[in-house]
Amino acid sequence: MAYDYEKTIRPGKLPHIWCPGCGHGIVMKGLIRAMDTCGLDKNNTALVSGIGCASRLPGYIDMCTLHTAHGRAAAFATGVKMAKPEMTVICMGGDGDGTAIGGNHFIHACRRNIDMTYVIMNNFIYGMTGGQFSPCTPTGDKASTTPYGNPDPVFDISKLAIGAGATFVARTTAFHATQIDKLIAEGIKHKGMAVIEVLDDCPTTYGRRNKYRSVVDMMKRLKDMAVPVAAAGKMTAEQLQGKVLTGVLYKEDKPEYCEQYAKVIAKAQGA
Amino acid sequence: MAKKVALLQGNEACAQGALYAGCNFFGGYPITPSTEIAEVLSNELPKKGGKFIQMEDEIGAIASVIGASLTGAKALTATSGPGVSLKQELLGYACIAEVPCVIVNVMRGGPSTGMPTGPGQSDVQQAKWGTHGDHATIALVPASCQEIFSETVRAFNLAEKYRMPVQVLYDEIVGHMRERIEFPEPGEVEVIDRAKPSVPPEQYKPYDTSFGDVPPLAAFGSEYRFHVTGLNKAQDGFPTTKAEYVDAEERRQVRKVEGEEARADIERYEEYLTEDATVLIFAYGSTSRSARYAVNELRKEGIKAGLFRPITLWPFPEKRIAALGAKVKGIVVPEMNLGQMNLEVERVVKGSCPVLHLGRVDGEPINPGQIMEKVKEVR
Repeated sequence: MAYDYEKTIRPGKLPHIWCPGCGHGIVMKGLIRAMDTCGLDKNNTALVSGIGCASRLPGYIDMCTLHTAHGRAAAFATGVKMAKPEMTVICMGGDGDGTAIGGNHFIHACRRNIDMTYVIMNNFIYGMTGGQFSPCTPTGDKASTTPYGNPDPVFDISKLAIGAGATFVARTTAFHATQIDKLIAEGIKHKGMAVIEVLDDCPTTYGRRNKYRSVVDMMKRLKDMAVPVAAAGKMTAEQLQGKVLTGVLYKEDKPEYCEQYAKVIAKAQGA
Repeated sequence: MAKKVALLQGNEACAQGALYAGCNFFGGYPITPSTEIAEVLSNELPKKGGKFIQMEDEIGAIASVIGASLTGAKALTATSGPGVSLKQELLGYACIAEVPCVIVNVMRGGPSTGMPTGPGQSDVQQAKWGTHGDHATIALVPASCQEIFSETVRAFNLAEKYRMPVQVLYDEIVGHMRERIEFPEPGEVEVIDRAKPSVPPEQYKPYDTSFGDVPPLAAFGSEYRFHVTGLNKAQDGFPTTKAEYVDAEERRQVRKVEGEEARADIERYEEYLTEDATVLIFAYGSTSRSARYAVNELRKEGIKAGLFRPITLWPFPEKRIAALGAKVKGIVVPEMNLGQMNLEVERVVKGSCPVLHLGRVDGEPINPGQIMEKVKEVR
């Protein structure tokens, strides 16, 4: 029997705003399956996002949903989680939202190791505003504001998250649909800051400027660039050129922020 | 029974007022001259099971406050001019999404970094117009340590009652001076909590105007699930571009504060010797203390001066100012900026009397002598 997504979708809110061929819907379905796997209570789960195509995702999901301002998802979510630590908090957003305008909130949420799951849909571009380059647009690629090719170096979001102190970091792509829910579920179950980077596609504003003629071409690109962590060990540096590692990249048990603050409360109360 | 008293700094009084009002979340970022508020609350909140978080920046601080408030917390952030500048976008978010919260601005000069340890009153128009778009503003301007306590309590009450951000602005002089404070007993001063939904969860709409201009707000983590966005939205909370919905919501959000009944509830001011005054001084914050002294001295010289001291600055008490303007020979507006609230006074008196501005931006307080001289310029 087909999986029932509709029990989690808000009635009357579809169709979504995303273009044909956009990978965000694949990620949304993965998220829904992951939340199901984890048995999340709808009343006790907050989905928080910033601004951009990816950030419109929470509006479709029947939970407590908070569509904030550009880049601020992690900071709003920190307030939600601190004030009500019993809630499950999940942030969703894109690469520009999370790592450019929201970069400071993102790295500090990682540093605190606050118990939330941040799913970054990295489609290498600012889609909603029409395809300007983001910190994740590959160097040399075309965007509406890099007509001569992108001169900027690129953020590796997963490495950034690990460096900043996130204690669960995983990466997959929109092509690897069945891996998305597994990694998000693992992130939700992890106590601490979990970052799941999903390499995504934007045929409308990225693909058409960069010689990906069809959505199939874009999916092939994602498929070809992904190398599972386990397989990478057997590959040469040359073979790994231009590839990205997928799977669980980092996992560590470290004190979680709200638990640390609970100790502050106990101390203040003389316990 | 004798009242509990203490010698408190203005910023400490603010923190104590917040605690009295039931504040249980503070998200902040260090900035002079407001830092003592954060320091006191980092110590006191966890004792009561409340939460204190020092965020990575000013924007993060107000973001955390809005997030916390949506779970039902009474949330506060405190800052100064540069911090308020950074918070403007999310102040607007709290306006349009209608999330109760309190923002304290201990004013220094500016623009930019200005003189961090000097006093100023240069954020009073920013409080009204700083964030983009049409929106209502509630801003309170206490002038003493006792009043910082009581107005902080009132700020929380108004935030909860009108479901919106409320700003408390006072200059560094009031923030750092020390005065005797009498603490009200618990229950002595009313503490208001936001209206909770009375309908079953499946019927709940976060902007349901059938409950009036201030719809009840549910909490995240309860049985009510709802959507919050900074986009223009319909009554169900979901984004809309339908002209009639957008127009109705925008107008309601201003009307809920600027309607006649709401104004009567929110506006607060003090008048000193205005009944027979021929010259009116309009002054707020520490400047109003110099002005009061000046009124007494001027009266000794036979000049009938009076003081109008707004305690609620926004919404502006326009009816009363217009009435006073119609019967005096002139209004003097001393303030630690180069001309801000005088513009509002001028707008309201509509030329019925001259409005003379006395501005000072050198980090020094305006003294009574300067005000007296200005009053004597009124013919």
